[in-house]
This record gives sequence, structure tokens and C-alpha cells, in this order.
Amino acid sequence: MTALENTSPAARGRRRWRRLNASMLVGGALVALVVLAALVSFVWTPHDAVHVDAAHRLAPALSDGYLLGTDKFGRDVASQLLVGARTTLFVGIVAVGVAALVGTPLGVLAGMAGGWLSEIVMRANDLLFAFPALLLAIMLGAVFGASTLTAMIAIGVATIPAFARVARGQTLGVMHTEYVLAARAAGRSRLAIALRHVLPNIASILIVQASVSFAIAILAEAALSFLGFGTPPPTPSWGRMLQESQELLFSTPRLAFLPGLAIALAVLGFNLFGDGLRDWLDPKLREHR
Amino acid sequence: MGLYLLVRAAVLVVSTAVASVVVFAVMAVLPGDPAEVALGVNATPEAVAAKRAEFGTDRPLVTQFLDWVSGLPTGDFGVSYVTSDHIGPQIVDRLGVTLWLVLFGMLTALVVAVPLGTAAAVRHRSVGGLLLSGLSQVGVAVPAFLAGILLVFLFAVTLRVLPSGGYTPLGEDPGAWFQQLLLPSLSLGLVQGAVLSRYVRSAVLDVMREDYIRTARAKGLGLYRALWRHGARNAAIPVVTVLGLQLATLLIGAVVVERVFTLPGLGSLLLDGVANRDLLLVQGTVMVLVVAVLAVNFLVDVLYAVLDPRLRGAR
Amino acid sequence: MTHVPDTAVATGPVLTVDDLGVQVGPVNLVQGVGFTIGSGERLGLIGESGSGKSLTALALMGLLPEGLRASGSIRLRGVPDDLLGTGERRLAKVRGRTVSMVFQEPMTALNPVMRVGDQVAEVMLLHGTRNSRAEAAAAAVDLLDRVRLPDPRAMARAFPHQLSGGQRQRVMLAIALANDPALLICDEPTTALDVTVQAQMLDLIGELAAERNTALLFITHDLAVVATVCQRVLVMYGGRVVETGDVYDVFTTPRHRYTEGLIAASDLSVVDGRGRLRTIPGAVPNGGEFPDGCVFRTRCPAATTRCERTPEWSGPPGHGFACWHPVGEDR
Ligand SMILES: Nc1ncnc2c1ncn2[C@@H]1O[C@H](COP(=O)(O)OP(=O)(O)O)[C@@H](O)[C@H]1O
Ligand code: SF4
Ligand SMILES: [Mg+2]
Repeated sequence: MTALENTSPAARGRRRWRRLNASMLVGGALVALVVLAALVSFVWTPHDAVHVDAAHRLAPALSDGYLLGTDKFGRDVASQLLVGARTTLFVGIVAVGVAALVGTPLGVLAGMAGGWLSEIVMRANDLLFAFPALLLAIMLGAVFGASTLTAMIAIGVATIPAFARVARGQTLGVMHTEYVLAARAAGRSRLAIALRHVLPNIASILIVQASVSFAIAILAEAALSFLGFGTPPPTPSWGRMLQESQELLFSTPRLAFLPGLAIALAVLGFNLFGDGLRDWLDPKLREHR
Repeated sequence: MGLYLLVRAAVLVVSTAVASVVVFAVMAVLPGDPAEVALGVNATPEAVAAKRAEFGTDRPLVTQFLDWVSGLPTGDFGVSYVTSDHIGPQIVDRLGVTLWLVLFGMLTALVVAVPLGTAAAVRHRSVGGLLLSGLSQVGVAVPAFLAGILLVFLFAVTLRVLPSGGYTPLGEDPGAWFQQLLLPSLSLGLVQGAVLSRYVRSAVLDVMREDYIRTARAKGLGLYRALWRHGARNAAIPVVTVLGLQLATLLIGAVVVERVFTLPGLGSLLLDGVANRDLLLVQGTVMVLVVAVLAVNFLVDVLYAVLDPRLRGAR
Repeated sequence: MTHVPDTAVATGPVLTVDDLGVQVGPVNLVQGVGFTIGSGERLGLIGESGSGKSLTALALMGLLPEGLRASGSIRLRGVPDDLLGTGERRLAKVRGRTVSMVFQEPMTALNPVMRVGDQVAEVMLLHGTRNSRAEAAAAAVDLLDRVRLPDPRAMARAFPHQLSGGQRQRVMLAIALANDPALLICDEPTTALDVTVQAQMLDLIGELAAERNTALLFITHDLAVVATVCQRVLVMYGGRVVETGDVYDVFTTPRHRYTEGLIAASDLSVVDGRGRLRTIPGAVPNGGEFPDGCVFRTRCPAATTRCERTPEWSGPPGHGFACWHPVGEDR
């Protein structure tokens, strides 16, 4: 244990590059694949993803110019998968963005202020934990009608505690470092300390959290769409593709497997990437998780 | 110990109270008026007013809230505006199915996670350990409903050994009951087991490096016996926290899995309520799920104190 | 040079270590360590932090951290085979029975979720030196009393977090002595304790070891402690033994330049030209980064080009050292 800590910065740097390992590379590649699919879908898809070709319902793969075949309405599966990547990323980005933008300041505040303010923030946080994304989305869906927006808000709000917790824990650590103590002694304002010292120091671990939260957001979006509380038709969504194909599991399992595979690979990608990033940033956590 | 539990119990009560306000508030701000929804667009203002009086929705919100909340402890969730049925008995009826599902799911998760996570930790330098870690990583990426669909494909469609859905009460036919709960429980439990195994691995790895394990070995215990006798309980402490969170996840995951397997649990009740715009039913069901999550957190805190003597007497 | 000559003990040594090495990958952390301990004898092992003392002790116990390997030979009286190369299963039977160890850090050495009495009783039940749980529990209370813990009955029921560091170290000592081992290894047992309780702890270890005729390997970086507790001393630096002999001889007429430096640094009455306490200049390198030849030559004031070769072991019987330019010899 001591042996690792004692090494020179240069040696650590070298090791860091060598550690840029399987997790990060495989995860990064999968994430890049999803992002690429989403980007491509803006400019090109093999067919119109929402076009119903009534003459070619349930066309098998590689037939009639349909690479992965068509679904029960005659829509091109490959095109739906590409556009579905866009939906998934869109929901994920907004939800994680909301969570990070609300949760991080709350966590930093709790970590810097301490006392009753910290207590209130963290208790509220605990309470929010009792409202998982799915429940929030169902409640919001019941009141306002299901939409992409309600899904994003529900997932985002439910993800706030994760960010607040991490931000608070990390802030507590940073607050005891010499440079923060020095800045406080020099009479810097709290805001200045937060922006200049705390945020830059906790940024990396927040990025890790974002990657992991993104994976969870993808899972939540898929589950919501599967239940009909996510992106409404006709906009393609992996979760809904799964739900629509469940009844055809006996005859055309491909229709369920393909979106299922897409979901699993995307989640795997973001999880692996987050894990790899964490190891890369902090060698002491290497053999954990 | 006493004080610690008292504080935890107080937290549970306060959280439940706040949660009830939140649930009520979210449902109360809705744009639609239950009376108008019930009577349709052509109803006369007088009829709507009468309906409001009947539902009690003409009263101030605070009164309505207190009325609703005061019934909860006794299982009185009010009467549905849509079906005119009492909601409490429906919830109780459906709760059983969901609880069985969650219980079996949790057992599956533990049976999967504890041996796999421990093996992955003890063999963390070998190919086998790496393989186990990779496997759990893949398991984590599969949502429960997808696992359900895959299991149905394997066991119901291809092998034709288990039913793809439906529910028979335990009292009617225990065999059918078990068969029908098996796949849903596995879909919930396998995925959570994958998640849990990663925490078990991490906890065991931590414990393996503890000084007291070295002490135990210096006493003459072999590595595995030292881990079992001195490590298990210490490793359980962080795992129990995760277990609590997982139980909550299972409860919510059950909502989706019930849909996959058409099980008549709380989840399907909730989704039916949404579909019928039966808002009081949705409100009651959500409340039950939220309280269940809070209660699980409380139980985790209690278990903590049982496992970790350092917490007893403290706080 | 691997074998360190030693004074023979009439009864035959309890422990015979020959050419002990510890490696991590290709790197040697400990090298060519050899010594013996006679029954009831107390051997001190001194050296700055990072000299390889703990690794030597852990290698003797067969408890090296993951990834580290030991080489050489370790023989324990009453155990037919070399401990190195003996399987984990048989080694476990020796640990806590024939040889036991007290670690440096008492705060983390005890299981936090197990009662103190149970932890003491366990080591006796494990090796079958007591016949029943009740007997072992009674013996545990007895032992807690022997290590002078107040109210041993209550102590037995306590959890480690309810005890102070000094009290926990006494519990560790009780565990270590429970089965009357032939050899007790203490790795800086008082370093983590309050100064006020250090002396009591030392007295206790000395007294209990003497009473049972337990051989003692006592590791410390405090020379004064060695002088009070031990008869013989082994000076380690850079993973090697650099000097050994009677405590009196070594401390009054050190021969190795490292020993000389250690003694000067421990003498609070000696100050340098600018009125500062003497210390050995420079810092201990990391494991595996010591120079070849004499491991001390990067910090040695007397080093010459000759020191680039590994010094031979020399000196009269009973006081050996490995230095090309020993103290008191002209160049
Ligand atoms: N697990 C390990 N892996 C690599 N190097 C180690 C390990 N443990 C100790 N070392 C190194 O071995 C050297 C000797 O350590 P140690 O025996 O603990 O010294 P001492 O007890 O004399 O202070 C140190 O340089 C230390 O960094
Ligand atoms: S051998 Fe040389 S370098 Fe080593 S201690 Fe002796 S004089 Fe110093
Ligand atoms: Mg040491």
C-alpha cells in the first residue's frame, strides 16, 4: 500500500496511461457507438423510422431492403434503433443535466455550510430517495399525461440525491485541505472558495457520477417507455419497441432481442466507462467495485 | 441502542408525514376535476357541484388532506371516484402478490450475489475472478423487464417448462403459484444479484485487507476460515446498506415485472389506476410504495445497530 | 555473506533463520537475513522505518501481504519442516500455538464486532488447549487479568471500541500468550501508544515472557527500549542485517556506520555544530531503491568507492557487522 503512494509523479503518470484499461476502452467504444448512431440518425436512416409499410409487416432481416426487418406495423427496425439511440441520449442528457445542476450546488452547500443547513439538505435528500424515478414518472404521467418531458423530469429529480451525496462527501474532504484553509484564512468569500477551489477539485468524481447516472437514466427511460410512461408514439424508443414486441416473442423474438441488446450495450457502455474513469482517477479504488 | 432506534423511528415517522404531503400535493395540483371527469363533458354545473359535494372535493385542500391522511393508518384509503370501490381492500389484496415477488427476488439476489461476489474478491487476481466481475457488469446492464422477456423466451417459449405469466393464489394451488412466481422472481433477482455481487466483492476485498483478518490468521485460522469467522459480519455492514436500497429498487422493479408477467400485484393496480384516471387509487398505491421504501430504510438502520456494536449506545 | 554467524545457545535455538529474503516481483525488499533465537532469549530488531523489520517478522509468521514472496529457510523448534514451503494448512497450526505475534497498530488489530473475551478464547479453542467453551472463556478472563486489565470480567464482555489503545494492545498480548508459544514476535508494540503507557506495556511484555521462558523477537526503532528489554540486538537497514551482537557491545562500541548514526541520533545530549540534534542525513529510500554494494553508502559519511561492492561479514564471534570502513578502524 505504501509502496504505491511513495512513487514519483512521473512514475504515477506513466502508470496512469498504462491503466487506461479495458473498462475505459470498451466502455468508451460502446458509448461512442451509441452517440454515433444518434448523430447519424439526424442526417440519415436506411428508411423513414416512423413510416408504416403495410405491405411488409414483420419482414425478416435482410429482406426487401430491410437490414434488420420490420416490426408488426411494417416499420424499419434498423432505422428505429438508430433514432431510438437519439431518444435515449436526449432523455439521459437532460435528466442527468438537471440532476447535476440541482444536486451539485446542494451537495456543495451542505458540505461547506455544515450544521442545520447541511442536515436539512441531506434529510430532504433522503426523502427524495423514497421517490424512485419510476414512481415519480407514473405520478407525473397520471397528472399531466405521459411525455418525454415528464420522463426527463422524473428521472432527473430522482437522480438529484446521488449527485448531492457525492458532492457533499467530496466537499467535506476538500474543505480540510490546506489550500482551502489558506483561502478561508485569507478571507475569501464562500462563493469564491466554492467556485475556485471546491468545484474544480470535485469535478472529476462528478463526471464519474454522471457516467454512472447516465446508465441508470437509460434503464429508467427504457422501463418507463416499456410501461407507456415515456416517450409517446410514434417517436421511436428502445423501451417501447421491446414492449410492442413482447407479444410476438413466440413468433418473432428478434423484435424483442434487438432493442434489448441496444439497451444492455448502452448501459454496459456507460457503466464500464464510469468505472474505468474512477479507477483511472483514483488508483486506490482500483480493485474495488 | 435505545436512543439510536428512537431517533431512527422518529425519522421514519417524520419522513412518512412529509411524503404524504408530497404525494397529496402532486395529485391535488392536477388540472382535471374528478367530478367533471366522472360526469363527462355534458354535465350541468349543478350536477357537477353535487358530485363535488359527494366526493368531498369542494372542501378546502387542507381538510381533504387531513381526511385522507387520518384514514391511512387504519388502511382506509378512501373510495374511488371512478369505480366507487373502497381502495384499501384492493391494495391489501394486491400487496401480497408484490411482497412474495419481492421476497423471492431478494432471496435470488442474495443466493447469486454472496457466493459470486466472495469468489470474485478472493480470486481477484485470477482469470476466474476477472470473468466473474465481467459477468456481473453485464448483468447490471440488463433491465429486469428485459431479463423477464429473455427468461420467458428461454423457459416458456423454447423449453416450455414454465408459464409465461398469470397468477394463482397460494391457497388455491401452491404448485401453480410457485411456478408462476418463479420466472418473475428470477428476472428481478438475477439482475439485482448482479448489482449486489459487485458490492459484496468490494466489501470482501476491503475486509480481506483489514488488520483483524491478519490477527485472525496469526491466531491460526486459515484464510477462508478467518474471512468467514471475522470477515463475514464486518463485510455485511456495507452490504446491508446496499441491500436496503436494493429492496426499494426491487419494489419498484416489481411494478414493471408484474406488467411483463401479468401478475395482479400493486404495480398492475397502480398502472390500471393511471389508465382509468382513478387518481385516488394512484395516490393510495404510490403512498403505500413510498412508505414501504421508507420502512425498508428504517429496517436497514435497525439491522446496522444489530451488526455493528459501535452504533449501539452511540447517538 | 548470507549467513550471519551467531552465538550458539546451549539448549538449541527456538528459531533459526537462514538467508531469508522477501521479494515483490523482481525486487528484493529483504535479503540475506539470518539469525537464531535461543529459548527464553530476547532479541531486539532495530532500524529506521522502511528497513524491512516488519516484512521480516511477517515472513516468519507466513503472513506476508498479497504479492510478496519469501525465500530462504525458517526453522522452528518442534516443527519438523522448514516453515517456508510448508503448506498453509499446516502453517496455520503453528501460528498462535508455537509462534505468535503482537502487531504495531492496536486500534485496528481486533475484530470490531466480536467481544474481547471471545477473541481471546478463540485462539485457545482453535488449538485445543482448552477443552470447552466455558473453560476457554474462564481462561480468557484469567489472561485479561494477567495482562493487568482492570475488571477483566467486564473487559471480556466489552467490544474493542470501548477500550483504549493501550488496553487493546494488552488484549493482543493476552491472545498472543494464550497458548504459551515458544516464540513471541512483537512488532513495535508500543509505537502507537501514549508515552505514559509505553513503559508499563514494555514491563508487562518482559515480565510475562520471562515468567514463561518465551523467546522474544522485539522490533522497535527506539534504541532505549531495546536496551531495557533485550539481551541481543540485530540492526537492519535496506532489508539487510548490518550489525549484530550483545546489546551492550553494539550500543557502546558500534562498528557499522549505520549503527553509529542510529546511536548518535538517539542521543539527545549530542548536538551538531549549529546546535541541532544529530540525525542520519538523507531519507530512507523506498523498498527496492537502495544502492547496490553497501545499502547505506548513499547516506554514509565514511563511504568510499570500495563501498560499491557488498561488504563482507566480519568481526569477532558474537559481534558481527558488514562494513568496509568500520568505526574505530583507519582507512
Ligand atoms: N505490500 C508491499 N508491497 C511492496 N512493498 C512493500 C510492501 N510492504 C512493505 N513494502 C516495502 O518494503 C520496505 C520495508 O517495509 P517494512 O518491513 O514495513 O519496514 P519497517 O517495518 O522496517 O518500517 C519498505 O520500503 C516498504 O515500502
Ligand atoms: S560499507 Fe562503506 S558505505 Fe557502508 S557503512 Fe561501511 S563505510 Fe559506510
Ligand atoms: Mg514496521
